[in-house]
Amino acid sequence: MRYAETGVNLEIDLSRGSIEKEGTDPKLTELHLGGLGTNAKILWDRVPPEVEPFSPDNLLIFSAGLLAGTPAPGANRTIVSTFSPQTLLMAYSMMGGFWAPELKYAGYDKVIIRGKSLNLVYLWINNDKVEIRDASHLQGKGSQETAELIRQELKEPKAQVAAIGLAGENRVYMASIEQGKSSASRLGIGAVMGDKKLKAIAVRGTKDVNIAKPEELFELCREVLEYVKVRENNPIKGVPPILAGLGSPQEMAIYDEEWHTTNFAWGNSRTRRKDFWNKEVEEKWRATQENARTRLISCYNCPMECGAIISVPGISTYMMKCYSKLTYTMAAMSDLDFGFKIAQRATDYGVDAFSTPQVMAFALELYEAGILTDKDLPGMPSDSEGRFYWLLDRIVRREGIGDILANGTHWAAQKIGKGAEEYAHNNIKKHEQLPLKLGMLNPIYFLMYSTGEKINITQIEGQFPQAPFATREEREDFVKDWFQVPDEKFKQYFLDWEPRGENSNPYYPGIQASCEIVDWQEKMHHIDDSTGICAGMSSFPLKPPYHMHNLPKIISAATGIDIDEDGLSKIAKRNRTLIRAINTRRGLRRIDEKPPEDHWKKRFPELEAKLLDEYYKFKGWNSQGVPTKESLQELGLDDVSEDLEQRGVYKSEEKPKPKPKAKSAPKSEKTQLKPRTKKDSKKEKSQGNKE
Amino acid sequence: MKKVKVIKIDVDKCNGCRACETVCSAFHSVPKYSSTNPERSRIRVLFDPLRDIYVPVIAGEYTEAECNGRDIYTIDGKVYDECSFCRASCPSRKLFKDPDSDLPLKCDMCEEEPPLPEPLCVQWCLSDALTYEEREEEGEEEEEKLGEMEIGLESLVKKHGAKKVKDTLARLVKG
Repeated sequence: MRYAETGVNLEIDLSRGSIEKEGTDPKLTELHLGGLGTNAKILWDRVPPEVEPFSPDNLLIFSAGLLAGTPAPGANRTIVSTFSPQTLLMAYSMMGGFWAPELKYAGYDKVIIRGKSLNLVYLWINNDKVEIRDASHLQGKGSQETAELIRQELKEPKAQVAAIGLAGENRVYMASIEQGKSSASRLGIGAVMGDKKLKAIAVRGTKDVNIAKPEELFELCREVLEYVKVRENNPIKGVPPILAGLGSPQEMAIYDEEWHTTNFAWGNSRTRRKDFWNKEVEEKWRATQENARTRLISCYNCPMECGAIISVPGISTYMMKCYSKLTYTMAAMSDLDFGFKIAQRATDYGVDAFSTPQVMAFALELYEAGILTDKDLPGMPSDSEGRFYWLLDRIVRREGIGDILANGTHWAAQKIGKGAEEYAHNNIKKHEQLPLKLGMLNPIYFLMYSTGEKINITQIEGQFPQAPFATREEREDFVKDWFQVPDEKFKQYFLDWEPRGENSNPYYPGIQASCEIVDWQEKMHHIDDSTGICAGMSSFPLKPPYHMHNLPKIISAATGIDIDEDGLSKIAKRNRTLIRAINTRRGLRRIDEKPPEDHWKKRFPELEAKLLDEYYKFKGWNSQGVPTKESLQELGLDDVSEDLEQRGVYKSEEKPKPKPKAKSAPKSEKTQLKPRTKKDSKKEKSQGNKE
Repeated sequence: MKKVKVIKIDVDKCNGCRACETVCSAFHSVPKYSSTNPERSRIRVLFDPLRDIYVPVIAGEYTEAECNGRDIYTIDGKVYDECSFCRASCPSRKLFKDPDSDLPLKCDMCEEEPPLPEPLCVQWCLSDALTYEEREEEGEEEEEKLGEMEIGLESLVKKHGAKKVKDTLARLVKG
């Protein structure tokens, strides 16, 4: 008997219309756990680097996390993996909700989709019965309506549905996969689903998920819940409310948005509004949120309430989570009320709430700068909110300028030319980042931004405070009950970290300490992404209920696989290194590994180079960021090192990175890269400061 | 005096996480906690997020026949589907039946020796949508409750008649 997992994957070929059930090798669970880890293994084995994201040979994998459907609280994540049309690298995006446990109860760990359907279809997984069904009547329907219609036509109100909206159908690079209040949004995986002409996957399951050591797992889960209560009553002192508790974070419950609104940049990631937050705004926003929100809601088997049902007069009721309430608001230099309204339409279209508002703010900045003109934007309204709706409607339909913007700021800027590249200033590896523009370089964040394979800071940060606490007393108080550290040295690093003076950024924490801190934070995310435990209960918040000391026991009790802390670290390293191998095989090199140039005002090129050098060594990668043969062999990935060798990936060491293949870029790509000039960046700044 | 055990349900506090379903099915699996499957749970959250309907329902007595008339409730302008508040395992719906055997499921308040401080669904509900209360009431102590097997067999007897069940059982035991 298989424990925690089902041991069966569904293999769907949409070109041939075939459905197969494949038993999986339990050895792979021991090596990679599940979720992201086994997804990476499948992508490495089956999708060679020549395969383009919109090729029938690209795979789109929906995986339940290894622990999804077990009693482990918050283990409900679906990990969707494929190759991104935007970055041309491996994309993995996750969603909470109810889909992954339902898949497990139906008897499957993963749904692996290859090929391309001729007509729009959806997949219906009902325990042993699996069908590819016509979805032509769902064409153009919103993600929410699609789910409702599917449940109605199947007469199965309990079916969980993951669907794309119009954006996915039109292969918009910011297209998400939506499921209730949850979504797998980043890196354009909804576009790949649309390219395969797969509108939705509905699933219903009524089978058991088995546990290897029942009493043990139950007791460990009970302890997790007990600690959730402890944390509920003991918010972290000395950090903003949004960072003080558990959750992803609990944006729907918390009103105090001083930190986001004054620390993050508005507009096209330009303007800091340090005095934005005041009593008046606070009262107004509180009223807006209370009126909009009818109920706080959770994902499967999780006590956190990170989502909400939103009912604003005049628009359809919908569900929202996390930071999306502010991304549209701030990009449009508008108000929370607008954020709640436009997010409804955006969710129905199915777009990423991080990238999409930035793409629209980018377009408006180009307009202000005269790079886009009335000819490009015919009939666009004059107010900021109206313009956002106007642009959103065009982007998801790929109409006019929307067709260019639908490829994200990087590719749009390449296509528009005329200096537009300067305005796509907030990207890493072609992917839009959180709008943060800060002063002094932070060495830990420098490494996380540069090297994070998810290319999203929230998917690598978490365990270590973002900034030093003001006084030693506060720091001592913080470390007192910080038992989550894998090693006592991390407490010392934090105790000695000061806001000013010798022990402050950028030279403290030192290079070795920075490597260790980043490695620890990243490791916890990689474990979560394989187990399907939500980062909001584990790798993302400070002092979480899941940590390096209880996770090996929980995984062992659930699966029956004997794992200790070292063993789990090794698996996490194997998965992380494999993803690095996949991306370096696709051309990722050191030159790509850098934060947006304007992320910090004060930069230290020599220190940054040294940080990267040492971190690569720490990770077992060569000076180009490619995993070395030795480190791959140590992880049992000999075949990977042989393949990298054969393909000449090691040859590029010390040489500049080969240009990414233009073939995979958007059709219309004409590189019009212009050298950066001082004048340009001055212009950019004065633009940015305008409201 | 008799002891009355009550699980109080506050639908306003329910966040729809279904931890109650998870832990109920785990507790009642054999051996205990050896599997999870909400379909075997004796508590189910009936929910329809877009209509803001979140109703935890705890499995009650098995009934051999459907109701003659079904009720539709409207509360605060929200129309609840027929059967939304009904706790019975009955022929008109799939709810509260074991997915394999189709036998009725019924909440037993997680009774075991030594007794748990509270049923597990209550313990795992951190939002306090479910709370537990014990109180003394006038009246006789109830007779011993039927065990799981008795409930199942009783329903089979009602459905097929005692003789058929007896014969089938005899045949199965022999086999």
